Amino acid sequence: MLNITPQAAIDELKSEFAFFDDWTDRYQYIIDMGKALPAFPADKQDDAHKFYGCQSQVWFDAEWQNNRLMLQGTSDAAIVKGLIALLFRVYGQQTADEILATTPGFLDDMGLKTHLSANRATGLMGMIQKIQTLAAESKKTP
Amino acid sequence: MSDTPNTASTFDVEAIRAQFPALQQRVNGKPLVYLDNAATTQKPLCVIDAVNQFYRVDNANIHRGVHALSARATEQYEAAREQIRQSLNAAAVDEIVFVRGTTEAINLVASSFGSRLKAGDEILISALEHHANIVPWHLLRERMGIVLKVIPVTDMGELDLSALPALITPRTRLLAVNHVSNALGTINPVQAICAQAHAHGVPVLIDGAQGLPHGLVDVQAINCDFYAMSGHKAFGPSGVGALYARRPWLDELPPYQGGGDMIETVRFDCVRYAPPPAKFEAGTPNIEGAIGLKAALAWHAAQNWPAITHHEAQLLAAAAIGLQEIPGLRLIGQAAHKVPVVSFVIAGCHPHDIGTLLDAMGIAVRTGQHCAMPVLEQLGAATGTVRASFAFYNTMDDVQALVRAVHRAHDLLS
Ligand SMILES: Cc1ncc(COP(=O)(O)O)c(C=O)c1O
Repeated sequence: MLNITPQAAIDELKSEFAFFDDWTDRYQYIIDMGKALPAFPADKQDDAHKFYGCQSQVWFDAEWQNNRLMLQGTSDAAIVKGLIALLFRVYGQQTADEILATTPGFLDDMGLKTHLSANRATGLMGMIQKIQTLAAESKKTP
Repeated sequence: MSDTPNTASTFDVEAIRAQFPALQQRVNGKPLVYLDNAATTQKPLCVIDAVNQFYRVDNANIHRGVHALSARATEQYEAAREQIRQSLNAAAVDEIVFVRGTTEAINLVASSFGSRLKAGDEILISALEHHANIVPWHLLRERMGIVLKVIPVTDMGELDLSALPALITPRTRLLAVNHVSNALGTINPVQAICAQAHAHGVPVLIDGAQGLPHGLVDVQAINCDFYAMSGHKAFGPSGVGALYARRPWLDELPPYQGGGDMIETVRFDCVRYAPPPAKFEAGTPNIEGAIGLKAALAWHAAQNWPAITHHEAQLLAAAAIGLQEIPGLRLIGQAAHKVPVVSFVIAGCHPHDIGTLLDAMGIAVRTGQHCAMPVLEQLGAATGTVRASFAFYNTMDDVQALVRAVHRAHDLLS
């Protein structure tokens, strides 16, 4: 995949979402994005890779390749899985600097705020914080 | 004129709804259908006004001022205690201890009653409990080595009371069960449970968080030793509730927290505690909360309860029938006696996804484990359920909206 900046990915997503005026289409699109997410390796679907949420679980792994963060993840809930796919389009394969410069605030503009606002329920917030932490740490260790 | 009252004609749900400002809004562009009443209820205007009035006019600390405002605040606070006594039908007003809510009431008993226990003493709870009636006992187990025993639940979601005789032993010190299960809606036969426990000299604590909202409480008829309730689940403010305790217990148990208002005299070598209930009420309490709770309970008591009971039963039956038409849907908890709560799972659909889509349609439900993991695991719903919990301000239209919306969510997710 050709690499675009997080901001370009956000703009792309926003224009895709602007296209829907019905909430059902928006959620259908999110669910479909989740279905298209590459399968998460079964042997990593363990507690070590899990972000606990009291409503749904998120499994996640990340690895630096050529200074870009490669992301893998999944969830037991379809909409959460779709939101993971959406976040990966923004944060996946980006550099530490780009990740640190991108806050998840863009979700507000897409009408998806309730999914993240201080919400520990889904495990998604934990995943975003982890991505940010990984980026911050990579800058400390030369 | 007929002498049998026509409950339908004397119960005007629209007139009740009109008293709830929060119900008059749109959410995500749709009229709000609020079905998360077991988590907390909305508040009628009289409650909002009472809290507002307190801060505008009467605000002062209680039990300590010589001035007019303090006298007014104290009078209203104590009137709230009397209202709680009436709503629970306690024998005496000094059997009502103000607390933050059910959770604190249970922690108070676990702490004060628990301080007299010895390693190996047994506390008997049930598999149907909210975490608020599990974790305080677990803490006591860690601290003092008590033993926690559990009354099992049947697959219908009812307590299996046939197991009770074998579970009560000479070491059983307290039986603590809920009046109504928040996760499933089961109404437990608390009166019979108290009778059985008392026959063995075992006192009983009832977690009544879900009992009062549905008009079920009479602590003298139940004959319990302790009854815990939360104001916010019964149309009152949050952060205030009560522990009912039979007077001899309040005399006998040590205080829960120390501070002002709970003492008679303090010297560095000797503290004399105030008589109950003050003995258990250290520090400045939630005064406006108590005053709001008084308004809520007075309002609640003035309703037409036979009509409400009928209305709630209709909501429950219609919801259960409507939902069961959805392919793959399984109701979790089908007790014979229930408050209007429907908990369900749908094969292949995650509860959180269903809840998210319902929210998009303006319908507020709760999803997840409802702070009752053990029972959901047993009933095969470990990832949680979707729970729609009704209050008597809900309508048959709300039920229809729920059923339609769950159909749509199911279509989207499968
Ligand atoms: C059965 C039951 N017990 C205890 C509680 C705890 O009540 P609170 O959070 O008001 O202290 C609840 C609240 O959900 C409940 O439903």
